[in-house]
Amino acid sequence: MNWLGDGTVDRLQANLQVPDLSGTRYRAVRFLAGGGMAAIWLAEDTVLQRRVALKVLDADDSPELASRLLREAHILAALEHPGIVPVHDAGTLPDGRVFYCMKYVEGLRLDDHLTRNPAISDRLRLLLRIAEPVAFAHSRGIIHRDLKPENVMIGPFGEVLVMDWGLGKVFSAPVSESSAQNTGAAELQREPASLRVCSTGHGSVLGTPGYMAPEQLRGEVARMDQRTDVYGLGAILSFMIGNSQAAQSNMLRVGNPVRAICAKAMDSDPNRRYATVEALTADIANYLADSPVSAYPESAVERLARLFNRHRTAVILIAAYLAMRLLFILFSHR
Amino acid sequence: MSKIMVGVILGAILGALDGMTAWFTPAARPGIIGIVFGSTIKGILAGILIGVFARKVHSLALGIAFGLGVGLVLAFIIAQLQHGYYFQIMLPGGMVGLTVGYATQKYGQSPHLQGAASAH
Repeated sequence: MNWLGDGTVDRLQANLQVPDLSGTRYRAVRFLAGGGMAAIWLAEDTVLQRRVALKVLDADDSPELASRLLREAHILAALEHPGIVPVHDAGTLPDGRVFYCMKYVEGLRLDDHLTRNPAISDRLRLLLRIAEPVAFAHSRGIIHRDLKPENVMIGPFGEVLVMDWGLGKVFSAPVSESSAQNTGAAELQREPASLRVCSTGHGSVLGTPGYMAPEQLRGEVARMDQRTDVYGLGAILSFMIGNSQAAQSNMLRVGNPVRAICAKAMDSDPNRRYATVEALTADIANYLADSPVSAYPESAVERLARLFNRHRTAVILIAAYLAMRLLFILFSHR
Repeated sequence: MSKIMVGVILGAILGALDGMTAWFTPAARPGIIGIVFGSTIKGILAGILIGVFARKVHSLALGIAFGLGVGLVLAFIIAQLQHGYYFQIMLPGGMVGLTVGYATQKYGQSPHLQGAASAH
């Protein structure tokens, strides 16, 4: 008897995972990434002749995960925003696997983008752009619950996309009845029982350690709301200003107000966090504009220093004028 | 606050300061009130001109250049009337114009922004 070699077994396993796209408008091009329950394939839409990304459930996964993938597709379909990857299609493949088709996004993940070592102000502006689609989703009553650098893509033209809404959850009634019908919010609200605890039957944690809010870590689904995502954004901010290798190697100088913003966003008590993403971004925008931030009560000296920074050129011009006047007075008395 | 108001206030303050420094020249002390008044008016006039320019042209470089030009021209006229002290009058005058030119470009609301703010 001839035993199959490891390479052959690997190839067979890989072939098993290739989605059966026969009879569909898609043609698999190559494997892009794999996750806990699904794989993402680069595919060609043969009708529209464009490249798309297919998220296909793994071959041996349960109906519960299938409904989760469809839920994710529903959430994406409900959230039409430039910062959220649009979904084009969803359904079941001939091999029985559930899939959905979305725009193929080229670019860098946030963690890879940070290795280019952008300045601290650019990092903060980037966070503002990451927060935009999250705030939009909140306005539609949906929270992401898995915000982390790996789920943020920076496109080649600087576009910022928040990816992987697989753990998305409806936390309140959507803004209007009509949008509720569009989003299928009632359907989205019915979470599988396993989502109410920290682990699924497949053993994957619902969220990412280090980016999960304490209430999420404890599986307190009822307490999760937009402040859970505020925590996630705070964790991303923390990563952007201090935990990345690029940041450490270049000793980024981060002001106390930014650290205070980060600490407030990541407070273990949701009531002490920013109540909304907008409140968090307002503080970051204020910091960027050399204005006071709500998270940091500054001393008189710090206030003076901030005002000087804000009006540096005008202060220098007036000081130069006064110094020149003083010199004239001194020389006129000689 | 409008850009013209920024120009007027800054021009008036710097102009008044400019005039007050005449106190340190004993020969000029008897006429100090007239000097301060005239210098303040000159500053206000420069502030109005530069402020109006800033409303029309949104360019830091052009704003500074225009401010410098206005400051120098007004100071030159004063120096002509004084029959001398060109350097002592024109250098501070130019600096006042330059500073007001910068400030009017950097601070104060444009008319369309003011309109939007009042609409709210």
